Amino acid sequence: MTLLSVRKMKTNIGQYAVLHDVSFDVPEGGVFVLLGRNGAGKTTTLRSIMGLWQPSPGSVQFKGQDIAGMATADISRLGIAFVPENMGIFGGLTVEENLVLATAKGKFDQARLRRIYELFPALEQFWSKQAWSLSGGQKQMLSVARAIIEPRALILIDEPTKGLAPSIVAAMGEAFREIAQSATILLVEQNFNFARNLGRDMAVIEDGRVVHSGTMADFSADTDLQGQLLGLSA
Amino acid sequence: MDKLSDTLGRFGGVYLLPVALGAVAFVLIGAPSSWVTLTVAGLAMGMMLFLMASGLSLVFGLMDVMNFGHSAFVSFGAFVAASVLAGLSSWLGSDSVVLASAALMLALLAAIAFGLAVGLFFETVIIRPVYQDHLRQILITMGALIVSEQIILAVWGGTPITVLRPGFLEGAWIIGDVSIEVYRLFAFALGAYVFAGLMILLNRTRIGLLIRAGVENREMVEALGFKINRLFIGVFMLGSALAALGGAMWAGYETLITPALGGEMMIVVFIVVIIGGLGSIEGTLLGAIIVGLTANYVGYLTPKLALASNMILMMAILMWRPSGLKPAVK
Repeated sequence: MTLLSVRKMKTNIGQYAVLHDVSFDVPEGGVFVLLGRNGAGKTTTLRSIMGLWQPSPGSVQFKGQDIAGMATADISRLGIAFVPENMGIFGGLTVEENLVLATAKGKFDQARLRRIYELFPALEQFWSKQAWSLSGGQKQMLSVARAIIEPRALILIDEPTKGLAPSIVAAMGEAFREIAQSATILLVEQNFNFARNLGRDMAVIEDGRVVHSGTMADFSADTDLQGQLLGLSA
Repeated sequence: MDKLSDTLGRFGGVYLLPVALGAVAFVLIGAPSSWVTLTVAGLAMGMMLFLMASGLSLVFGLMDVMNFGHSAFVSFGAFVAASVLAGLSSWLGSDSVVLASAALMLALLAAIAFGLAVGLFFETVIIRPVYQDHLRQILITMGALIVSEQIILAVWGGTPITVLRPGFLEGAWIIGDVSIEVYRLFAFALGAYVFAGLMILLNRTRIGLLIRAGVENREMVEALGFKINRLFIGVFMLGSALAALGGAMWAGYETLITPALGGEMMIVVFIVVIIGGLGSIEGTLLGAIIVGLTANYVGYLTPKLALASNMILMMAILMWRPSGLKPAVK
């Protein structure tokens, strides 16, 4: 079943057309990976889905409802969480405050909190610390934890491994596998090795257009296509 | 500069600056009684400046709006409070402390209510169309300040208005050689209460959490499901109400006000916000106290430099800390 369907999405930022024709379907469950070179339009795609940049024309259907043109807050309340490339944590707030802000009623569901502690033990350790004092990896953990502190159907994650140490990247991969058992992840990633171990389905964006979509297994097996679309050598 | 910052940080950070300022002034002034009087005056002035500036700082930090019309709220607060006090002059003149207190309370509440209403109008009609456009914000809010001054001129006239004060706030307490004006103590206490209230609001409530988060990253607050525009209106109205309260207190402090009050206060209020750091209530308090103390100490020691002193102070602090003393984390 399709959870998110993007059709002919175009987005302009100021006078520049960044997305020209983006269409893809994200099935419910698992990890869907959006690949592409730098500047291809991956981040703009996530931000447009989230309503942070308004797409027009085209449609973005989430659970059958057209969300294109809706306010970001309303899109979020439908059950879509966003983990931006810059992590978007509130540095002046504590770890606890960052997480409590993401809860619907200002109170934690203790079971979900325990699950977050299991996924990211550092967050429990630095619970009362201001978020600016965390390391890069810990900030990324906090950003992801904030996206799952409430039940969400879809989590948009933008380049979560950028600048992180290999051990943190591995831990993040494990966490995403666990999260994907109860929610769908739409992951933008440049680290192909990381992405192919996680993704079930994928699409490639080039110059603001989706130029390929299919299963990750097929794409991983086709080194020529990888070289052609991502510039990867065999 | 880095060494100075590190040394200060070890001994209490920027919070030590008012103490250091007071210590230097103590040596230069020489007479302890004069120093105490000037220090109390400086703290009281600082608290009134804090009331006027705190809203501007939050609006700057949260909404990224440069509202040069902010001091119009100060003017309106001053004139509305002066009118209410004049209308209740019989209460003020009576021997009853209760009646005089009620008159004062009503005047302050009227200023706050007017500030809320004008703030709502400003945000929805004047500011909202120019979000994200600083040049137009400056032009349109400067225009709004001029129009506000003209409205005050049309309603209250151009003649300076004498502001009545309750009898129990007149006079001074004399302790040895030290004279402390009662009104200044009242202004300090009210400012301290408002600061405590704001700190509770910002640090102990969900709305406060949202404001602090919004000051850092508006977009992410929206992505978490909150309508930031509603928060903008609320913060803007709170800021304008505080400015009006500050104006009302300032009117009682000066006891003579003119329509040019807003324009005169605008530069000082901006200096306070810039020194303190945008979006930070603690920074605004710190900036206001430092500006208040500096104005009083320099006014006593070298009166000719009094006007320039705060500008020099701002330049010195910005050279040391370009984002201000205690800016909100961005």
